[in-house]
Amino acid sequence: MTDYWEKKTAITGIGQSKVSRGADKSALALTIDAALEAIADAGLTRADIDGLATWPGDAANGAGIADVGAPAVQDALRLQVGWYSNCSETAGQFGAIFNAIGAIAAGYCRHVLVFRTVYEATARKTSFANALFKPGQRVYGQFNWFAPYHVYSASLQQSLYFNLYRHKSGISDETVGQIAVNGRRNASLNPAAVYRTPMTIEDYLASPRLTSPLRLFDCDVPVDGSAAIIVSHVDAARDMPNPLIRIEAVGTSMRYRNSWTQLEALDTQAQPKVAEMMWNRTDLRPKDVDVAELYDGFTYHTINWIENLGFCGRYEAKDFIGDGSRIALEGDLPINTHGGSLSAGRMHAYGQVHEACVQLWGRGDARQVKGDPRVAALTTAGGPLAGCFLLVRE
Amino acid sequence: MTVTRSLPALDLDNGPYWTGGKDGKLLIQRCQRCSQYIHPPTSFCPACESRDTAYEPVSGRGRIVTFSVNYKQWVPGLPDRYVIALVAIDEQDDVRLATNIVDCDPDDVNFDMPVQVKFEQNEDMWVPLFAPLRTEP
Repeated sequence: MTDYWEKKTAITGIGQSKVSRGADKSALALTIDAALEAIADAGLTRADIDGLATWPGDAANGAGIADVGAPAVQDALRLQVGWYSNCSETAGQFGAIFNAIGAIAAGYCRHVLVFRTVYEATARKTSFANALFKPGQRVYGQFNWFAPYHVYSASLQQSLYFNLYRHKSGISDETVGQIAVNGRRNASLNPAAVYRTPMTIEDYLASPRLTSPLRLFDCDVPVDGSAAIIVSHVDAARDMPNPLIRIEAVGTSMRYRNSWTQLEALDTQAQPKVAEMMWNRTDLRPKDVDVAELYDGFTYHTINWIENLGFCGRYEAKDFIGDGSRIALEGDLPINTHGGSLSAGRMHAYGQVHEACVQLWGRGDARQVKGDPRVAALTTAGGPLAGCFLLVRE
Repeated sequence: MTVTRSLPALDLDNGPYWTGGKDGKLLIQRCQRCSQYIHPPTSFCPACESRDTAYEPVSGRGRIVTFSVNYKQWVPGLPDRYVIALVAIDEQDDVRLATNIVDCDPDDVNFDMPVQVKFEQNEDMWVPLFAPLRTEP
């Protein structure tokens, strides 16, 4: 196997702020909580951090999806870096990690602080937040093609993909609901999760219909919180306190039409060719994955990723998921072991990155996957946004 | 719908699409060399690399590729249910238009349903909507 550069990088520390449905401190303060925890976990100090990356960067719109950008964190922590970046137009939220790999490869830096901060719980209490459009607004850019059609939320746009997937695959609502039920079951074992009260499939089916086929419990939960990881050069990582977690392979491509309406792979989203790229960069195969932290902005994202990563064939997720036992903590392929965005809170795929490391380092306590998991698969996003990577603990 | 629609900001590329309905025409950009339809309009033909493009009226007929029935009151004044959809035009199946499906019960909308464009004026533009295709007797 080619010695691709991501294999020379590692995650050496993780941190996460309190995640809540309404924070008692600012988004920047949450970010500093997560960053300092990650730096300390890696056995580093602020002075060691010489790279800084985030997705998507300061949106400066008060909607909570990205209230904190790289400059604010760099200045607050007085970091002196050889490289820094945000990157909103990239392979989903993991673009910040992929860019950090490149920056380390180029020799700009050795230890990159990567963070993702959301403040969507607070934003929603004060404004029409996270809306694609507001009534009467003039819409610029690629979303102008949706502008007049009362598409107020990503859930409407994504429902177009999900409804076609449901039509082609024949998956039942009861099977889709297993993703939500599984998340809640795992969240009940995670003290940091925001929703921990057990959920039955009947609860799921009784949740309000938003936009077919989506119900409320298909959707992730807006929260306030920040997650941070340290991505380091593997040469440095070998001398650091935590067992080595290497980045084994990445999927960063976009080989479809990059459009929310013209995307060729409407029902599978942009994931298949992204997954193909990742598997082409490793000798590992889907059967080698011990734990899968799969994006769950909506339940259907996770279902799409189960197929597109090759854990089962096209339109076979309904049989793979079945009654949910295979994807449970004790199953063959534990998924979203902390509760995912559906129950632990919408940390926008970075909760999953944090959790993958928790599992690989054996820190999961009541929710720890048995059998000393060594390989984790991570995925993010939907529509034309897709990114994935594999982590391996040595 | 009683809720004011958001509207696209018009520019030289998207303007003809959003205003062609004034003359009852759905205008899609087309390569003048190889006849490929180009959407969204870019003034470049990805099939033959020609820069010679123009907006041409299409039949306005298409099929529903996918759709969703919305039930949520995102803002006050929305109807109880409405349909958003992607419609592929009859002339070229990979040209997909986001739209609302109107003039029918949302429960009657289905995949591959034939539809026909109609226009609704909003300020300085004519928004393409689609209704089930009524075949002439």
